[in-house]
Amino acid sequence: MVNTGDTAWILTSAALVLLMTPGLALFYGGMVRAKSVLNMMMMSFGALALISVLWVLYGYSVAFGNDVGLGLLGDPTEFFGLKGLMEDVTTEEGGLPALAFVGFQAVFAIITVALISGAIADRAKFGAWMVFAGIWATVVYFPIAHWVFDFDTDAGHVGGWIANDLLALDFAGGTAVHINAGAAGLALALVLGKRRGFGREAMRPHNLPLVMIGAGLLWFGWFGFNAGSALAANNTAAVAWINTLVATGAATLGWLVVEKLRDGHSTSLGAASGVVAGLVAITPSCAAVSPIGAIVIGAVAGVLCAMAVGLKYKLGYDDSLDVVGVHLVGGLVGTILIGFLATADAPAGVDGLFYGGGVDQLWRQVVGALAVLVVSFVATYLIGTAIQRTMGFRIEEQDEVTGIDTVVHAESGYDYASLGSSGSTAPLSGQARAEARNTEGIRA
Amino acid sequence: MKLVTAIVKPFKLDDVKNALELIGIAGLTVSEVQGFGRQRGHTEVYRGAEYQVDFVPKVRIEVVVGEIEAARVVDAIVEAASTGQIGDGKVWVTTIDEIVRVRTGERGADAL
Repeated sequence: MVNTGDTAWILTSAALVLLMTPGLALFYGGMVRAKSVLNMMMMSFGALALISVLWVLYGYSVAFGNDVGLGLLGDPTEFFGLKGLMEDVTTEEGGLPALAFVGFQAVFAIITVALISGAIADRAKFGAWMVFAGIWATVVYFPIAHWVFDFDTDAGHVGGWIANDLLALDFAGGTAVHINAGAAGLALALVLGKRRGFGREAMRPHNLPLVMIGAGLLWFGWFGFNAGSALAANNTAAVAWINTLVATGAATLGWLVVEKLRDGHSTSLGAASGVVAGLVAITPSCAAVSPIGAIVIGAVAGVLCAMAVGLKYKLGYDDSLDVVGVHLVGGLVGTILIGFLATADAPAGVDGLFYGGGVDQLWRQVVGALAVLVVSFVATYLIGTAIQRTMGFRIEEQDEVTGIDTVVHAESGYDYASLGSSGSTAPLSGQARAEARNTEGIRA
Repeated sequence: MKLVTAIVKPFKLDDVKNALELIGIAGLTVSEVQGFGRQRGHTEVYRGAEYQVDFVPKVRIEVVVGEIEAARVVDAIVEAASTGQIGDGKVWVTTIDEIVRVRTGERGADAL
């Protein structure tokens, strides 16, 4: 018997979370220069396309299949192609259809992969990115989702080690999604190297209104991400919803105050970034803390992330759109602060250090966060290096100067020309097309 | 004949245009340009990273007039465009050899 209320909420939440990836494409796309906006957005849309298919084929099974040992990996064959999941298998009162949960988790996998792309703006071959996305999801995300999201059941299903053995709290993916993507972004930025002119040339965001629209869509979708992670239309979802609202507000205020004090101006990019930093930090913690705790977590994340985004210039890695400064730092803040600010009054029912729970939950949070960070960083570095040495990950230097959009996708994001320079509409003949492919202009 | 070229602050364009109309100027050409002078550029900050923007936007106004009118045009532009602040721009006058009205083929003063 399906619980129709819960099912409606989860299907809705899944659609909300799906919208986050196009929202991320806008958020990232506006932040790059005009000559690479399409490639930036295409990395998100590429992830949408590829990970949807992989998730149905074997991703769900690796993440949520019965554990094959030590809580590290689900059985890839158990639900291969989602076999056996189309029938209504919900028996007890209040069940969700299996495929509602499959769909909800699918969109988490998609956005986690898409998040990484912000670290390698302007310079990655699209084909290499797609190969990376598929391998990374398979080797890193699907197993880590198993660690964090796959719980043991009374019916004998065995899940992952962080959820069931370590007992670290991660409600909606501070570790599996944000620390994971942030550490991967750092590794990939190191593998690909700095953009030409990094730290010298002005690489200003070309369209801040797009960034603001993207941040708005992310916030909207994030209510599905966090409140949907209750997997029911219930009180836990409502607590998560309110915490997602208020932590994000506090983080945005925190970021803007840091900017005002440090730089003299509160900026729109700072507001958009503060929104995302707050959302990231409240993701793991939204069911474990009170609304006041959520304000603290948001404010700490807003301030720390605003300070962390400058690190790349000091340390010399080109994490172009601050996947590390926002997602890794924000994810660590949210995951670890659970150890201090969790309260048994919240749905998760655990007391942290500040609520008399001692350090028991704190060390579990730290171990969970570090485990995901280290595994993701090392695995990503190896995958990225392998791709760089075989098919090549980075575009040619001259193509980077020309702009990746025209070189890799044979498109421009904007056509401002109102005179004849816009070109003609005559379709290319076969011969002309072959010639065009041989010129420098089109090189995939 | 003289070409009067003025680089002025963009927000002064309307004032300059009105001033030139008042003294009977029949046409002018305007373009948006960028550059720097004593005003230099300005600084923008994105996620804490400072960028020096070297060029500031200005408007270039070009008017072709007879020998005698040139001085009046220069005075009108200078008066209308002045704020007393750094970055108000420049006006210069050059001599031109020939001018042709494309529609009629008229040359010289007749083409003005």
